[in-house]
Amino acid sequence: MINATLKQHSAALRDKQISSVELTQLYLDRIATLNPELNAFITVNPEMSLAQAREADARLANGNAEPLTGIPIAQKDIFCAKGWRTTCGSKMLHNFISPYDAHVISQFNNAGAVNLGKTNMDEFAMGSSNETSHYGAVKNPWDRARVPGGSSGGTAAAVAARLCAAATGTDTGGSIRQPAALCGISGLKPTYGVCSRYGMIAFASSLDQAGPMARSAEDLALLLNTMAGFDERDSTSLQREKEDYARDLDKPLNGLRIGLPKEFFAEGLSSDVAHAVEAAIAEYKKLGASVVDISLPNSRLSIPVYYVLAPAEASSNLSRFDGVRYGYRAPEYTDLADMYEKSRAQGFGAEVKRRIMIGTYVLSHGYYDAYYLQAQKIRRLIAQDFVEAFKQCDVIMGPTSPTTAFKLGEKGDDPVQMYLSDIYTIAVNLAGLPGMSIPAGFGANAMPVGLQIVGNYFDEAKMLNVAHQYQLATDWHARTPSGI
Amino acid sequence: MQWEIVIGLEVHAQLSTNSKIFSGASTAFGAEPNTQADAVSIALPGVLPVLNKGAVERAIKFGLAVGAHLAPRSVFARKNYFYPDLPKGYQISQFDLPVVGQGALTIQVEPLSGPSTGSGQATYEKVVRITRAHLEEDAGKSVHGESRGVTGVDLNRAGTPLLEIVSEPDMRSAAEAVAYAKALHTLVRWIGICDGNMQEGSFRCDVNVSVRRPGAGLGTRREIKNLNSFRFMQQAIDYEVQWQIDTLESGGKIQQATILFDPDTGKTHAMRSKEDAHDYRYFPDPDLLPLAIDEVWIEQVRATLPELPLAKQARYVSELGLSAYDANALTSSREMADFFDAVSNDVSGQSKMCANWLIGEVSAQLNRDGLEMEQCPIRPTQLAGMLKRIADGTISNAGAKEVFRAMWSEGGNADAIIESKGLKQVSDTGAIELIVDGIIAANPAQVAEYRSGKDKVFGFFVGLAMKASKGKANPAQLNEILKRKLAP
Repeated sequence: MINATLKQHSAALRDKQISSVELTQLYLDRIATLNPELNAFITVNPEMSLAQAREADARLANGNAEPLTGIPIAQKDIFCAKGWRTTCGSKMLHNFISPYDAHVISQFNNAGAVNLGKTNMDEFAMGSSNETSHYGAVKNPWDRARVPGGSSGGTAAAVAARLCAAATGTDTGGSIRQPAALCGISGLKPTYGVCSRYGMIAFASSLDQAGPMARSAEDLALLLNTMAGFDERDSTSLQREKEDYARDLDKPLNGLRIGLPKEFFAEGLSSDVAHAVEAAIAEYKKLGASVVDISLPNSRLSIPVYYVLAPAEASSNLSRFDGVRYGYRAPEYTDLADMYEKSRAQGFGAEVKRRIMIGTYVLSHGYYDAYYLQAQKIRRLIAQDFVEAFKQCDVIMGPTSPTTAFKLGEKGDDPVQMYLSDIYTIAVNLAGLPGMSIPAGFGANAMPVGLQIVGNYFDEAKMLNVAHQYQLATDWHARTPSGI
Repeated sequence: MQWEIVIGLEVHAQLSTNSKIFSGASTAFGAEPNTQADAVSIALPGVLPVLNKGAVERAIKFGLAVGAHLAPRSVFARKNYFYPDLPKGYQISQFDLPVVGQGALTIQVEPLSGPSTGSGQATYEKVVRITRAHLEEDAGKSVHGESRGVTGVDLNRAGTPLLEIVSEPDMRSAAEAVAYAKALHTLVRWIGICDGNMQEGSFRCDVNVSVRRPGAGLGTRREIKNLNSFRFMQQAIDYEVQWQIDTLESGGKIQQATILFDPDTGKTHAMRSKEDAHDYRYFPDPDLLPLAIDEVWIEQVRATLPELPLAKQARYVSELGLSAYDANALTSSREMADFFDAVSNDVSGQSKMCANWLIGEVSAQLNRDGLEMEQCPIRPTQLAGMLKRIADGTISNAGAKEVFRAMWSEGGNADAIIESKGLKQVSDTGAIELIVDGIIAANPAQVAEYRSGKDKVFGFFVGLAMKASKGKANPAQLNEILKRKLAP
């Protein structure tokens, strides 16, 4: 059962081969066994999960079930869920029980899915290894001495270790795709605005986007059908016709033009990843696709631009965590300023503080034009590169991350090395485009390699089709780590 | 040597929407603390702002009323600073792209007494340029001293929509500043975008004051924050101007500062200097799209605008033949003008009489009872009913005053009051002639005096005739009959 697709989960529930309560308990038992070592979950609440499972069973019995009804889905701990502790990986929200549901959560609730628990993540989604979490690092199920990637590392590890049927992530600079790649699973960051950000704790508002993480493209399509949708509570949510993201899964790939940006295959890309990606491209050619060499000349500026804009927004977004109304407050302080300073100094971890400092600096009087405005201009150039590229191709492919999963603690002292882990994913967020990562074999040390697929705006269905056809032809996505 | 005073105003007008500018929470004043603070108002993790269209419409209304350019695209920006009553740690405001651009307001300046008074004695007109007006959210309130050593925070007001209206430094006296503030106060209430309640903080003024030698560049300004009455505004400016002049004349320098006015001492004192000024780190709010306003929307809003005070004044003068003074007084508030329009439309051809009654008796009685126009116990139809009876001669002015008093305290319509109090004038020529004949016959000596040219005796006859008619003789008719019969 734990290796079954969501469709198979759904069928088993409908056919009464298993009840939602049984299925939920099965995953809860796996979490109880494996999570102490993997640390993929921050919070599990069997009582609440099983209550939802019982409701789902009633719904299944009544015959008004939807495809996800009764299926246990893990939620990244960035999504506010009513009655659930929602920490965002931070000590700052250690005691925060959300009084309301994020839009994504209510979409799952309405579909009858079971919230299986809240997954670990880098603190406030700031990190690429899941090591900045206040709740400890997550271990990569393929090698427990290695990181799962981040910031959605808990979700990626949970999916890879079969601790849930599927899960959610969020992606600001690669936080769905990079951990998906490092853990050998599939993850999709939709076009900016497809999933509502309401109730998703903000890191960098103009870049943050929720998306599904699962074991196959087919599962991703099913999940996105539930997660996507206009929400009037998010002014950047896009009002579009409801679409079925699974509609094109079975289309053949004849005539597909794949753009290969030369900048994604240049210095810095480790050879094992390059080989795996090249092999995947070769497989696509067999499936009828052709390859076009393209260039994204401004993408080399993605990391500096991102590390101006994202911290700028974050420095402001995180101002609400001040110890006044909820969250962590220092136990002792002398006056108001001291209360702010101590609460924030004690409540935030080092990476969060670093980014608040950078963001505050680039927005300061006298520096704003040189940093923030300049970065906004380059952001538009980066987006324009993609517009030009998509005149020549249907999808863009390349590596998701320059290396496979690195060792825990390996890059902890060097933030810039850590930031380079997202060098191929960040441009996609800056442009607001949809991007995904799917398993494409293994590199050195038998660690998974991710293939990144970038589509044009709102081309999620096409990307899922491209990914699904590859997954019909290969079995990388079906491999499981040993010892799970 | 003379000093020239330079004043500019920043006014925060609370917009009269039912819900907050970025959430559905109520904006009603006076609720129990934090009962109108929803998830957005208290800035829970993950919540997002959604712009209230009603607030934008009110900003458009204001822009149209001051002839301003309306930005087809304006941007909300975050103003970042920490304070317990600012839940997000930033205020959503507009910075370099405000919704309302340059406009102007024409004001009538009545000189006030005081050291900073303008030189002219007569009322004069002046045009004050408006630099911009932008939308923003209000902060909550810090409540000090409720319990020992603890400051409470009430977030009911957090997120209430404000329009910040910034003037050019065009005012040259406290009188001009007060006249501008009053004109603005009238205007925002007139167009229905703000209730103007200064006690509740719906209309708050920050006044930038500097002095300079005539012809010199602008002096260093100090900003008097949060004035919530016109009287305090005048006092604060008077004090501040004198303080700045004294400082400069004794060789001192003015430091840019934010200051507060203490109504108890009548003095201003510095709150913070320029050195403590925040770096607000403004940047466009990524949670909100730029605000787009197209011509269609502007025209829809324009269609809902009432006739504006200046246009109405001009029409009262040209169409109704009223004096400029009357026209100005009748447009001192929307309620006054609406009342006048209702009455004068009902009593056709008697605009001057309607104006006299409104500016005279009605205003005086409201003053005596401490009421606002909208609380007037007499409705326009009632007043019109009475004025019609004056116009057609049924009652005298003296009788009308009695009807008015009765209506004010007990209600009712004019005709019923005239009937019950027996106030109908005697307009029957025969009856008046009979009375006059009797008086002439009974007072031959006075008749002789009058006929010999002593006109003053005429009043004696009027008095007797009125007495004989119990005050009900139509005065015009009585005069005419008396003159005719007394003629030699």
